[in-house]
Amino acid sequence: MSAPLAALFLREWRVARRIGGSGAMGVVFFLTLVAIVPFAVGPDPNLLARIGPAILWIAALLATLLCLDRLFQADAEDGSLDLFHLAETPLELAVLVKCAAHWAATGLPLILAAPFLGLMLQQETMALWGVVATLLVGTPALTLIGAIGAAATVTVRRGGLLMALLVLPLTIPVLIFGVSAAEAASGGTVPFSAPFAILCAITLAALALCPFAAAAALRYLGE
Amino acid sequence: MSRDIAQPAPPPADGAMRLCVENLSVSRGGRLILDRLSFSVSSGQALVVSGPNGAGKSTLLRALAGLLPHMAGSIALAGGPSDVELPQQAHYLAHSDGLKSALTVEENLDFWSRYLGQEPDPRNRSVDAALAVVGLCRIAGAPVGALSAGQKRRVALARLLVAFRPLWLLDEPLTALDRASREKFAAAMRDHCAEGGLIVAATHEPLGLDEASTLALGSAA
Repeated sequence: MSAPLAALFLREWRVARRIGGSGAMGVVFFLTLVAIVPFAVGPDPNLLARIGPAILWIAALLATLLCLDRLFQADAEDGSLDLFHLAETPLELAVLVKCAAHWAATGLPLILAAPFLGLMLQQETMALWGVVATLLVGTPALTLIGAIGAAATVTVRRGGLLMALLVLPLTIPVLIFGVSAAEAASGGTVPFSAPFAILCAITLAALALCPFAAAAALRYLGE
Repeated sequence: MSRDIAQPAPPPADGAMRLCVENLSVSRGGRLILDRLSFSVSSGQALVVSGPNGAGKSTLLRALAGLLPHMAGSIALAGGPSDVELPQQAHYLAHSDGLKSALTVEENLDFWSRYLGQEPDPRNRSVDAALAVVGLCRIAGAPVGALSAGQKRRVALARLLVAFRPLWLLDEPLTALDRASREKFAAAMRDHCAEGGLIVAATHEPLGLDEASTLALGSAA
């Protein structure tokens, strides 16, 4: 069972690295979003320090969604998706591996870039670690939830906007607990571990449920 | 809808496989495309599905591949391993080639050989051997995006060879192929039948198989 999945991961990783560098695109989009916020809210260091984790999280959410719309559409267009249905490997596992490869190619660069962008937002060391830890745990959930939207819009031309409309409401719990854990890391009344544990639970639940939902959508739309 | 089969299939010998389709009805978009279609194909045989555009050739192949639900009737592949479902014993070649244009020919085929051919089988060919059959050895390292339509089609045909599956479902396999490639592919199909394989091909053009039977689908409504 593992050799086909490793082959799929390698293929997805290579495609992601070679086609226009979607990882780099996501990071540039992330950078742009974070860079324009101080122009909108003003350069007050205290204000930026306070809302910094939230800005980083919203930017990471939008950058993740931006890169997700082609997750299954490219496979549907070149005929690979039909062939996935004919393989011994269950479609659910294929979805999971595609999400893992997508996260490694686009989510990880965001997390690596986040501390540097956090410095632009006057974040202190503990806050930076908090943001990195919450993004590391929370962005896989964003990718997995986004995969449902990508699967549901696989037959829709230019479905990116529709996908965002479908997915953004579902990501609200991730955003709430991600931001509150990141803020708790730099002090406050709430201990860091409480919202962080819920964030971990959301990601684990997404890991268990989203591949089934996305594969069901792909099966239904493939008919 | 006519259902004449030129040669009735003989009963399968021991170890041989037999694809039996009985009273298959499939509708798409609320319209009945296939109405109570019955035929059978045995190991070593090829069935050419012909008919005008819209007669349901592609629909039939997608239904056989398990990609479309059927309203009535049955599709069964007798004689194979009982624990493997029919789609997993079939290769499906559609209009699209299933190739990633950013990857090289070799990387694409290597992926499909590992993804579709999970069981070790002496009839699985190496990527190099499959490329030799379709005559593309020299461009194994080229990205698929840089190939012509005919060359991409030949890479897609090589996919059928890297992982052995008894049933080949081919939808217009000869699209964009030149004369030499058609002859090479006809030889590959004869080899597949000789190895006990079954072929169901929808095509308007002669496949170059002398012993193939024909299934003529009726005219489009």
